[in-house]
Amino acid sequence: MTRDWLKGVKDEYDAIIIGSGLAGMTAANRLATCGYSVLLLEHHYNFGGMATWFKRKGGHIFDISLHGFPIGMIKTCRKYWSADIAESIVQLKGIRFDNPQFSFTTSFDRADFTDKLVNHFKIPADTVEEFFKFARGMNFYDDQKITTRELFERYFPGRPDVWRLLMEPIAYANGSTLDDPAITFGIVFSNFMSKGVYTFQGGTDKLITKMKATLKANKVDLRHHALVEKVLLEQGRVAGVVCNGRTIRAKSVLSNANLKSTIHKLVGDEHFSPEFLREAAAVRLNSSSCQVYMGVRKGESIPYVGDLFFTSTHPEFDTEALNSMAVTSRTYSFYYPDTRPGSDRYAIVCSTNANYADWITLSEEDYRREKDKLIKGVVDTLERYLPGVSAKIDHLEASTPRTFEYYTRHMAGASFGTKFEGLKISQNLSKAIGGLFHAGSVGIIMSGWLGAINYGVIMANEVDKYLRQDVAVPAPVREETPPAMSESHV
Amino acid sequence: MTNDQIKQAVLQIISVIAPDEDLSRLKSDVALREQLELDSMDFLDIVMELRKRYKVEVPEADYGHLASLDSCATYLEPKLKDK
Repeated sequence: MTRDWLKGVKDEYDAIIIGSGLAGMTAANRLATCGYSVLLLEHHYNFGGMATWFKRKGGHIFDISLHGFPIGMIKTCRKYWSADIAESIVQLKGIRFDNPQFSFTTSFDRADFTDKLVNHFKIPADTVEEFFKFARGMNFYDDQKITTRELFERYFPGRPDVWRLLMEPIAYANGSTLDDPAITFGIVFSNFMSKGVYTFQGGTDKLITKMKATLKANKVDLRHHALVEKVLLEQGRVAGVVCNGRTIRAKSVLSNANLKSTIHKLVGDEHFSPEFLREAAAVRLNSSSCQVYMGVRKGESIPYVGDLFFTSTHPEFDTEALNSMAVTSRTYSFYYPDTRPGSDRYAIVCSTNANYADWITLSEEDYRREKDKLIKGVVDTLERYLPGVSAKIDHLEASTPRTFEYYTRHMAGASFGTKFEGLKISQNLSKAIGGLFHAGSVGIIMSGWLGAINYGVIMANEVDKYLRQDVAVPAPVREETPPAMSESHV
Repeated sequence: MTNDQIKQAVLQIISVIAPDEDLSRLKSDVALREQLELDSMDFLDIVMELRKRYKVEVPEADYGHLASLDSCATYLEPKLKDK
């Protein structure tokens, strides 16, 4: 007999949260501290969504997305989680680039980037200053038609080397391209430039364990192995969910599932107006990812070569090349023992952006071969920088868009949510269906750990507003409002 | 609530949201953002706290009225006059 993962779950809640990504967990925590009864349902055995980790034989622990986020995470964690969580956030100081256009190490903040742009790339100091000022000042009320390419043309015409420096790390961080609205670049870039790149000391496992403990203390009902099959509606409003075959009622539902899955699978197209569906259909998913996990044998060590390493043999920044299976542009995250103080272990995780379509069509045999090729390319490249490293590695494993799809249930294995237009649909979901909200990686800006947590807070505010209304009022009229945010959240 | 009580209430909320800030020298007629390190998430927190504590709703279009302590009090006074 299978175990009943919903044993003890109540018949009704004020709010049900579908999915335990950072946005879902944060929204759950906010709503619970407002005094609402909250049920958090996660299909996987672990909480955290893409903020996750896994263990392998030989004492290996691999983090999926720990390195790194902007300094804003400290304030955000202190306000919406705890001082204890905020205090474990530390800076990653060694960000290294090596490609045919340039090679150096940077602390990835405004002071050091200004120095690099002026002294290495010979850009006039005034231009650099103006660029930073413009990027910092970008907000939602600006003209969103200007693309990142046009932004770069304006400040750094004919300088593909500068474009690469500015764009490549951001493309790895959120899957954005030169043709996305410049605001998506400006906000994320400026957040990092504020004070550099940060990580959570103790590892993703420690962070999620602390968050779970906080949720439990605040009386959130937390369930794993709990797959939501359907969002239930009554008279055009949310009435609950069906989870593991069981109906659980709720006054509101916040989905931290992928935006498109929420609309098409969890709710169903028949419940939306044609114009909403037209807009939803126009929302593009962002790209997916591949990762290669390299575990260093117990007792072995590697020298400090930086925390994040962006390497490529491709002549210049090129989105298509970045996502292709023949990619040579990679990010290596180095995890030294101080990632988890008290540990003596080293691990390296290499990430590349990827197209779902390239991987999903492969036969099982071709899939295995392509995975082996991916691993070999990653290890061979690393060997060039760290001679002898491959002999120290005793665990090698790869994940692909198929793996991301399996674990996150995101459509097309999307690892960065949706493109910019997804933000409006996500925010307007409750106007289409009363009591239904979405929080998760959308619009490029609301992605990454910081973006996800802040978006969880923003949408918890909307749920709170909804729950305080008289629930007997008729379904709200459809209208369009500008996004609630005027600046950076990522 | 009186105009002064509202200012005190908003100050109390800010002291929770931004515990490191020294609020003793805050000028009530100068924008909060010019005197404190407040971002748009902090303003969202203020709106959420106002709803929680005083059952008052500040629609997005009115966020601009929360710029300074004085403008907060002027804007909130009619909404809070019976509280």
